[in-house]
Amino acid sequence: MKLLQHKFGLAFTLAAAALLLVAPQYLKNYGVYLLSYWLVFVIAIMGLNLTTGYAGQKSLGHAAFFGIGAYTVAILMKAGISFWLGLPAAAVICFALGLVLGFPALRVQAIYLAFATLGFNTAIWLVMRNEEWLTGGTFGINNIARPAVLGYSLEGNRPYYYFVLAVTLVMAGLLWGLLRSPWGKAFKALRDNPIRAESLGIDIRNYTLLSFAIGAAYAGVAGALFASLVQFIEPGPFTVGASIMMYLMVVVGGAGYFFGPVLGAAVGVVLPEWMRDVPGVAAWYLPIFGASVVLMMVWLPDGLLSIPDRLKARRAAREASAQRAAKAAKMKAGS
Amino acid sequence: MTDFIQLFLSGLATGSIYALAALGFTLLWQASGTINFAQGEFVMLPAFMMLGFLSLGAPMLVSVVCTVLLAVLLLGWVFKRGVVDPLFKYGMMPIVVATIGLSIAMRNGVRAGYSAEAHPFPSLFADKLYNIAGVTVTLQDMGTFALAMVIVMATQAFLAKTVTGRAMQAVAQNTESASVLGINVPRMIFYTFAINAVLAVAAAMLVTPTYLAKFDMGEGLGTKAFFAAIIGGFNNSRGALLGGLIVGVCENLAAAYISPAYKDAVALVIFMVVILFKPQGLLGKKEERKV
Amino acid sequence: MTHPLLKVTGLKKAYGAIQAVGGVSFEVMPGEIFGVIGPNGSGKTTMFNSVLGQITPDAGEIELNGQSISGLSPLALSRRGVGRTFQTLQVFGKMTVRDNLIVAAQEHQGSMLSRIFAPGDSGLGDRADALIDQFRIRHVADTLAGTLSYGQQKLVDIAMAFMAQPSLVLLDEPCAGVNPSLVGGISTLLKELNRNPTLGRQSSFVVIEHNMDFVMDLCHRIMVMVEGQVMAIGTPAEIRANKAVLDAYLGN
Repeated sequence: MKLLQHKFGLAFTLAAAALLLVAPQYLKNYGVYLLSYWLVFVIAIMGLNLTTGYAGQKSLGHAAFFGIGAYTVAILMKAGISFWLGLPAAAVICFALGLVLGFPALRVQAIYLAFATLGFNTAIWLVMRNEEWLTGGTFGINNIARPAVLGYSLEGNRPYYYFVLAVTLVMAGLLWGLLRSPWGKAFKALRDNPIRAESLGIDIRNYTLLSFAIGAAYAGVAGALFASLVQFIEPGPFTVGASIMMYLMVVVGGAGYFFGPVLGAAVGVVLPEWMRDVPGVAAWYLPIFGASVVLMMVWLPDGLLSIPDRLKARRAAREASAQRAAKAAKMKAGS
Repeated sequence: MTDFIQLFLSGLATGSIYALAALGFTLLWQASGTINFAQGEFVMLPAFMMLGFLSLGAPMLVSVVCTVLLAVLLLGWVFKRGVVDPLFKYGMMPIVVATIGLSIAMRNGVRAGYSAEAHPFPSLFADKLYNIAGVTVTLQDMGTFALAMVIVMATQAFLAKTVTGRAMQAVAQNTESASVLGINVPRMIFYTFAINAVLAVAAAMLVTPTYLAKFDMGEGLGTKAFFAAIIGGFNNSRGALLGGLIVGVCENLAAAYISPAYKDAVALVIFMVVILFKPQGLLGKKEERKV
Repeated sequence: MTHPLLKVTGLKKAYGAIQAVGGVSFEVMPGEIFGVIGPNGSGKTTMFNSVLGQITPDAGEIELNGQSISGLSPLALSRRGVGRTFQTLQVFGKMTVRDNLIVAAQEHQGSMLSRIFAPGDSGLGDRADALIDQFRIRHVADTLAGTLSYGQQKLVDIAMAFMAQPSLVLLDEPCAGVNPSLVGGISTLLKELNRNPTLGRQSSFVVIEHNMDFVMDLCHRIMVMVEGQVMAIGTPAEIRANKAVLDAYLGN
């Protein structure tokens, strides 16, 4: 049964990959841009899914790392440094800052941690908004170029899309490998029962710090790609509100499900962008989204990707109660 | 020196508004384990309810009463029955996420459905200034502080001195024992939600005149209420008062003496310091982690 | 003369005015099953948690194989070969039974960095399967632990404590809330694990339990704790015949 699931999953992934490869042929320029926008967020949300979905940490400051990645690239490129140095720099800086943010996580629990990360986001955002000498303040940094690889320019939406797609696949592959390794189990143990985990020899301290650091690094990479995608960076997309939206994207897609971010980013980012020009609908997207989140918590608290598991569980429960009923009937007949 | 006192006093006024929101937040947490991420929007909505009633021609007092009733209905009863009760069995996080969704829905619902503009709001106090011993204070500030303090004290007196209030405290401390004693637990929890709604209306009446009614007025307020509640001590309702006042005063002083641009970081910094050195809050009691 | 595997001397822990543990000393020999019994509130779990680094005792020395382990964290103790179960069920609900067992031992192999490149089951698949068979839970090996019945989860819980091949296992009320028909099964399992270790290393057990029949049948020696003090240590026969114990514990 598992092999069949595996084969289905593999076939699905290949089909999706093929679709993503040919999609630009059928879309206009803006559509290709939107796909890139979506993929950038998929990378960022994958990182948050690791931190909160797999490792169970409460992180409401993810947009800060997204922003740090974007500003790192923007500032470095303005200073004449290549994007190809800016991208790894963004990842490394965010990894280091993620470790720093992980330290409060060792001291405080659950909701207090959530507020601490929220506060961290506020602090970072305030720096972005106020320190004009560094970040351009509310005016931001504009005219961020798109890089060239091996002499081939990625200036156009379509080449840049393929670049972003390649990075997304690499990041996804790395995450897949990490989660399949013993680290994946260790993260889940940290999430489900940190006290037991510690008594079994799992170093919850290190895994907590790393869950923040790796998640942040992913956001940093996404931010770097974001900078060259939108080519104008200002503090707006990196607020606490943005972090909260990112957290909701993890939850809506399905926390702890590998493909959750794909769905979550689609709902959180693509859908509203798509509907931006639809008259009358655009303003109501967020209220409807908010209300849907409330409803989803009541009916589907584990997110959209938990639907197959739920159906399976319901079928198993039905079978079990049918078995019990049959047993009871047999006992009655025998007595 | 007079500057300092003026800043201190107006900080007390703002702080007392934070205290109202923080108190409601703390009570909800104590009574039902609910973390209400939409607390800021719970203050925003009554502000717009008031505007609605006033625009229908109702006089001030009638509007206030109607707002309180409507708030208790929506933010108390509907919120409890519709959101908290169904999610209670799943634990804390689903409720947190649901209230996050609720805050987004409320904020943007008002923006889309009513107005994205800032609207003026009538004050309960006349526009007067007083000069006492060289220090200038507005009637608004003094009245805000006094009224908020009265409401906070009244709430705490209600909880400590009345039969219903003590029953509510019993529910907050040990729900199972309380129900065994014959206390109607769901009703006591509802009363907590109702009180939160009333506190939110009070906060709205006091804060909106100065900052105007706008769909996003709840954002900063909600966050500061959380920080204030935690700074004061999450398991102690007196903590909400202390936390709110501390945040209000420090914010004002920091804005004047350090930097106005980083005013919003003040609550955060105090929060981080408290969390790291006294996580149970200034007035809170240490909670043992049970294995 | 064999040296004790675990040696506790003068353990003390007070909570405010209450002396939960007031000077407890005992030794556990290699390969021994050592029972701890006593009325509720006698300090058994406090003593356990002190030995296991969950709480810091006020006084006392704890030695494992002659080396002091006082003050070590649960993490460090696990690395030294000490395993434990908790009074309440503590399995990882969202992982399969097999994965629960694997994660219970994976951190004892290699370094954190090397583990990124290790195969998913860290080479522990065979060991997990051996325990699964021994505990007779083969039919639920690939089910999510959180969906199992209480009794089945209890078995997984206990099995997890043995995955890392500990030399000392502390079991806190392994029969709590368990169906009487399963209690016999747990006793058999523990005896098997003690005498014929599937995992290649002989373990000593310290078992807190209230089920008298279980304790008398399973343990080589038993310690009786009353109000934070040791009242008696002896074989099951000696304890059964000890009048003071009968009076204090069974409340004549």
